[in-house]
Amino acid sequence: MDAALQELRQRIIEAHAARSPLRLRGAGTKDFYGERLDGATLDMRGYRGVVEYEPSELVLTARCGTPLSEVETLLQSKRQFLAFEPPGFGGDPTIGGVVAAGLSGPRRAHAGAVRDFVLGAVLLPAHGEPLHLGGKVIKNVAGFDIARLLCGSLGILGAILQVSIKVLPLPPAQATLRFELSLPQALESFNRWAGQPLPISATAWWRGQAWLRLSGAQAAVSAARARLGGELLEARVGDALWRSLREQTHEFFRAGTAVWRLSLPSTAPPLTEVATPLIEWGGALRWYASVQPAAHWRALAAAAGGTALHWRGGQAGQRFHPLSSAVLALHRRLKTRLDPHGIFNPGRLVAEL
Amino acid sequence: MTPSELAVDESRFSEASQAPPPGRRAAVASALRAWLPADALLTRDEDLKAYECDGLAVFRQPPLLVALPRTEDEVSAVLRECHRLEVPVVARGAGTGLSGGATPHAAGVLLSLARFDRIVEIDSAARVARVQPGVRNLRVSEAAAAHGLFYAPDPSSQIACSIGGNVAENSGGVHCLKYGLTLHNVLGVRGYTIDGERIELGGRALDTPGLDLLALCIGSEGLLLVVTEVLLKLLPKPELARVVMASFDDVGKAGDAVAAIIAAGIIPAGLEMMDRKASQAVEPFVKAGYDLAAEAILLAESDGTTEEVAEEIAAIEQVLRSSGATALAVSASEAERLRFWSGRKNAFPAAGRISPDYYCMDGTIPRKSLGHMLKAIEQMEQQHGLKCMNVFHAGDGNLHPLVLFDANRTGEWERADRFGADILELCVRLGGTITGEHGVGLEKLNSMCVQFSAAERAAFFAVKRAFDPPGLLNPGKAIPTLARCAEYGRMHVRHGQIAHPEIPRF
Repeated sequence: MDAALQELRQRIIEAHAARSPLRLRGAGTKDFYGERLDGATLDMRGYRGVVEYEPSELVLTARCGTPLSEVETLLQSKRQFLAFEPPGFGGDPTIGGVVAAGLSGPRRAHAGAVRDFVLGAVLLPAHGEPLHLGGKVIKNVAGFDIARLLCGSLGILGAILQVSIKVLPLPPAQATLRFELSLPQALESFNRWAGQPLPISATAWWRGQAWLRLSGAQAAVSAARARLGGELLEARVGDALWRSLREQTHEFFRAGTAVWRLSLPSTAPPLTEVATPLIEWGGALRWYASVQPAAHWRALAAAAGGTALHWRGGQAGQRFHPLSSAVLALHRRLKTRLDPHGIFNPGRLVAEL
Repeated sequence: MTPSELAVDESRFSEASQAPPPGRRAAVASALRAWLPADALLTRDEDLKAYECDGLAVFRQPPLLVALPRTEDEVSAVLRECHRLEVPVVARGAGTGLSGGATPHAAGVLLSLARFDRIVEIDSAARVARVQPGVRNLRVSEAAAAHGLFYAPDPSSQIACSIGGNVAENSGGVHCLKYGLTLHNVLGVRGYTIDGERIELGGRALDTPGLDLLALCIGSEGLLLVVTEVLLKLLPKPELARVVMASFDDVGKAGDAVAAIIAAGIIPAGLEMMDRKASQAVEPFVKAGYDLAAEAILLAESDGTTEEVAEEIAAIEQVLRSSGATALAVSASEAERLRFWSGRKNAFPAAGRISPDYYCMDGTIPRKSLGHMLKAIEQMEQQHGLKCMNVFHAGDGNLHPLVLFDANRTGEWERADRFGADILELCVRLGGTITGEHGVGLEKLNSMCVQFSAAERAAFFAVKRAFDPPGLLNPGKAIPTLARCAEYGRMHVRHGQIAHPEIPRF
């Protein structure tokens, strides 16, 4: 057995026996994310490297500690990419951290989220025997889909050792268009465009300007440009915009106040006058920088059919939108069954687990 | 939880054919009558017979009784009562499944969702459809067509299969490569756990807090919850679709052409392959114009705008030519496109015409192994003395070998079953899986022992017990017990390495 794996396994078996919590950690680019950090740090970066990549299979398998930059450089060399555009928040996350956090970038509404691309995973649970879940093929319905359950689990079910991810060919052509639109106009336009056969790969709105990215065959991008109008941005400018949204280096995120992340039906009307949002995902993701209390955002989001997450900054307090009692009960039973002594990232995803 | 800790309770109710104690039917019927109208309960043997199997008719077992609720309150009540009385519950949609997932339990209630057959809402602005689980798959796209939208997953049985069944099986279809499986096209579900508690997972917002229980429940084969409403994603209908049909004089070359298309950066809307036995079986039946001399036929579909399709079709043709295609044809009209597809879509009925019975397998392998697998299947034909015709969702490596047999001939079903298991074990050895889209059900329990270790199966049972502590929902399906794998393991060890290969087995 690989020495790095052997060490991880040993630490986990000991922690389980001693009932002492572990804090699983990759590059730490998302330490800010989640309810709380607790336990002795278990650094996952030692177990790294791309295990298998065959471009014609559209699948890449890598160990958890592999830096995202290494994965993306390798894919780029074969003109492929991770279509869910995982954010690194300015750093270089590990691929295990990308999956554990389950956060996706600007393409999410059109291409899908991390969980839509994860085909399989190796999980190291509390008993220390690695579990091979899912697989390396696109169609696979053998066994419960625990590999996808791990996406966004923030490590509470065990250490993600390895992941197999579906990759896609880079689109041959790309263009970013800019429009002057009010917020209601932008929401209406984003939803209307999404209902038409257009190669849209991302949308955003902020302070009276809307941006739309087209990605696909040259002919499709050209035809869509002609149909939609708007101002064509220089490729460099367009790419920088989407990168700033993905990495959250955009000016919006420099506000000193708390940032709230609202996940809503894309057709929800503008919610409030108290703050101007940054809109992504065709209206389904709305960011607010605001001093309003948590109760304000939770109530607004819930009334619109969504949830509010306290993203960063501001006062301490519960980060995630509360779960319904029935769903919380399922979380509790899953956690108890898979991590009976609660050693993995306690309280990180759900405060009481 | 360790495998040994689980061994005891996983076996409860796992024997689906075990007869109920006397008087059980009357007792359960009387408990359910308090909650269900008279016409929602079937208890006479002749009525139960209609439910004794699903699409995999080799497994037959009448249920204790059948409940046909109309409302969510009735579903909740049935589950609560069954929970209280410790009665297994098997949910059933249209009964078209091919793995015995809806085969009844002798001591259990068969819970039919057939009366949940309403499309509740189509919200064209939000591109979603809210439907009940008994709605047939094709009806969703038909209803969405007026808005220029469609529901992407299109299993071959889409005329008959229900959305609830699609959710239970994570059904695919011929367009998965580009549009994904059921998992990628379901935004939310509402359902009930065995205690009658209502659960909402996912929804119209893209991200929901907590664990992704929606992903876990899709494809869970009725073991975790009973779904009563589904929120589906609708996509804009492409302006146009065209298909290229290519002939190859060698199956290996056809397999390589599939990999070459993907390597060229093309994701066709559909990419299907048939071997010569399949095209010869379907051609007299559908007259699709297939090249009967070809060892393999590939169908590659492109959809999108007119400009996009023209560009992609040209690229596909070029790759196919340089991969050694002996003939190429591109559909010039919608009628011709449908004609090219008709043979592929009718492969199963065609198998039924040329053979008294057929057994459809459903493994997935890496695309690069397609040629290898076809050659191995040829050898297995000799070994088992049965013919096999092959249709593949080649783009995603999902195989549907159809083993032809005659159930009236002694020993043929057993040989077909063994043939199928051999194919699945080779799938696992090649780095694939025993089921791509039909589910494990009752059918592939043994093969699950080959694909997963005891610890992995224990993890599945742990998930099962988190949702269904008493183990009453569809017991004995999808996950084999330790005892069953031990029994199977006496002939086989893990990863399909047959112990003592020198000993002949029949």
